Amino acid sequence: MKNPEEIFEQLKAEFGDVVLGIDKETPTEPLISIDPLKMNKVGAFLRDSDDLKFDSLMVLSGVDDANGAKIKDADGVDSISGGTLSVYYHLHSINLKHKITLRVSTSRENPQVESVYNVWRTSDWHEREAYDMFGIIFLNHHDLRRILMPYDWEAGYPLRKDYKNPEFYKGMKVPY
Amino acid sequence: MPLKTETMILNMGPQHPSTHGVLRLELDIEGELILSVKPHIGYLHRCFEKHAEAMTYPQVIPYTDRLDYLAAMGNNFGYVVAVEKLLGIQIPERVEYIRVIMAELQRIASHLVAIATNGADIGALTPFLYLFRDREYILSLFEMTCGARMLYNYMWIGGLSHDIHPDFVRKTKEFINHFRPTVVELNNLLTFNKIFIERTANIGILPIDTAINFGASGPVLRGSGLPFDVRKEDPYSIYNRFDFEIPTGIGLVGTVGDCWDRYYVRVLEMEQSVRIIEQAIDNIPEGNVQSAIPKRIKPPKGTAYARVENPRGELGFFIISDGNLNPFRVKVRAPSFVNLEVMGELCKGHLVADVIAILGSLDIVLGEIDR
Amino acid sequence: MGLLDKEFSDGNIVIAKVDDLMNWARLSSIWQLGFGLACCAIEMMATSASHYDFDRFGVIPRNTPRQADAIIISGTVTLKMATRIKRLYEQMPDPKYIISMGSCANCGGPYWEHGYHVLKGIDRVIPVDVYVPGCPPRPEALLEGLLKLQEKIRNESLRKKIA
Repeated sequence: MKNPEEIFEQLKAEFGDVVLGIDKETPTEPLISIDPLKMNKVGAFLRDSDDLKFDSLMVLSGVDDANGAKIKDADGVDSISGGTLSVYYHLHSINLKHKITLRVSTSRENPQVESVYNVWRTSDWHEREAYDMFGIIFLNHHDLRRILMPYDWEAGYPLRKDYKNPEFYKGMKVPY
Repeated sequence: MPLKTETMILNMGPQHPSTHGVLRLELDIEGELILSVKPHIGYLHRCFEKHAEAMTYPQVIPYTDRLDYLAAMGNNFGYVVAVEKLLGIQIPERVEYIRVIMAELQRIASHLVAIATNGADIGALTPFLYLFRDREYILSLFEMTCGARMLYNYMWIGGLSHDIHPDFVRKTKEFINHFRPTVVELNNLLTFNKIFIERTANIGILPIDTAINFGASGPVLRGSGLPFDVRKEDPYSIYNRFDFEIPTGIGLVGTVGDCWDRYYVRVLEMEQSVRIIEQAIDNIPEGNVQSAIPKRIKPPKGTAYARVENPRGELGFFIISDGNLNPFRVKVRAPSFVNLEVMGELCKGHLVADVIAILGSLDIVLGEIDR
Repeated sequence: MGLLDKEFSDGNIVIAKVDDLMNWARLSSIWQLGFGLACCAIEMMATSASHYDFDRFGVIPRNTPRQADAIIISGTVTLKMATRIKRLYEQMPDPKYIISMGSCANCGGPYWEHGYHVLKGIDRVIPVDVYVPGCPPRPEALLEGLLKLQEKIRNESLRKKIA
């Protein structure tokens, strides 16, 4: 069993610059930041290393950080430009009973994160959901389609903070 | 003319009596043999996470009820545990005891539906009627406590919406006395029924390492033989005070990790829940169930992930707070959502009729899959 | 307006209007489409099960729309599902009746404001005969809804469909 600081040191020693830092400010759980385009390698190391053995991915969550510039266009419609989208990974080791939270942040305009689908199969649908809700592209994912929204949904990514719902979908009125 | 064979795509759902709601399965079959199964979900996507961002912390609780609508108490529990973790507040003993009793009663009620529908799907309709009778008993206990039958909004952040009824303890004991023989009846009627065993034993075998890699939890994981239960592994509330066992699949009539094992784990779990209730029901301390409810719920900036053992598995709430009255982001780790992913693996090489048995043994609720 | 009002004294002959006879037959055996959507479907199951016993009103779940007289929209209708429900409705033979069960099917329920993927009321897609309020409605409320539907069918005429 290891605490997050030890795991961070171990990752730092193994990967160097790929591990961006640790955020201990949050009151309940420290966050370790990782380079989004190297996530797969880090994930495989976390799973296979003998003294880490993170064999279970509890949850993968997409988050819109909404830290970009808020723009109001001519019609008074708000939108966000710049800033980041993040993905949080909550890992747990069933053998060694320790937990860790990873975070990767990627740009809002071109959000790309490496898929960990081949490391933890749990992430298959979770990544599809993050794509569906936030538009985060998971590189090397085998089947990146929408999962909850209709396959032909064209109005954007609903959980982004600046999402605008369409008036109509297939002739059905959407707003109340 | 020479005979020609080709694979066929069979569509099952979204309207189908055995898909437990609005699930669509795309079966790739060769004759009766299944080559692959592709689940299509989202037909009940009710935008929970968007609502959570627009509501204040207490206002989210009624929406959590509607995630896994067969185990609304468990959902309330998971959410309030996560918010309390973020707030860092202490909960009165009385509240903790009542919460545990409610969650365990809910586990029994939920497993009753799971078992009933699993049986009904593969042709045993009688247990369905018996088990729904017993479920009504539990629902009347809930109704007595908070007025609702299914979706309770009962557990509040730091407390409960109502104290228990003066008759509650007596009625719960009555229920336990009534329920013990019911399990024996169920075992005679369905569990060890020859036809039921033929339909479920050695069907849909889930090996343990596949289960872990797919993130399966709850009876699906325990049916494969791993005694993993959040109540023991990562105790929340006051579960570390109670003495109970974690039943696992041992391949009593077939192979470890088959449909029958997953089914039987649920039956044994109901007995363990009764044990927990028995230990808790006489020890409820006196107190006010609303004294610890904060006047203004405004957690500090930060993130919290809390998980509880819901009847279907590990239910997690990941909450990000930006220091406002409403959550910045709530992500639900729904057990059914993760458990359904193994469907494709389980069905390979089985016959079309087994799909129903496998789906029933996974015990999914579409409300929390689609959220 | 009972069916057996005008009875000849020897007891073997019953005189009734064709309308009444047809309506009586229809309202006493409403076969519903066994189709659950969300939370309300669990209450619908509870209504069909032992405690409340839907069968005594002649309501039997059928698994295909082609054999069904009534459809109970039991739960939240999403945009993805709405087109499928419309198709199910079109597959049902006339006369067909719809009970909208629960707030979600009535008007979007708790999801009316931020539900970007929720249809705000099934009546935007198919016509509804009886609305049953509640979230979810108790089984008794669903039974009341069924009785209202029976009342509606009782007043129907062969010449034109009212319900």
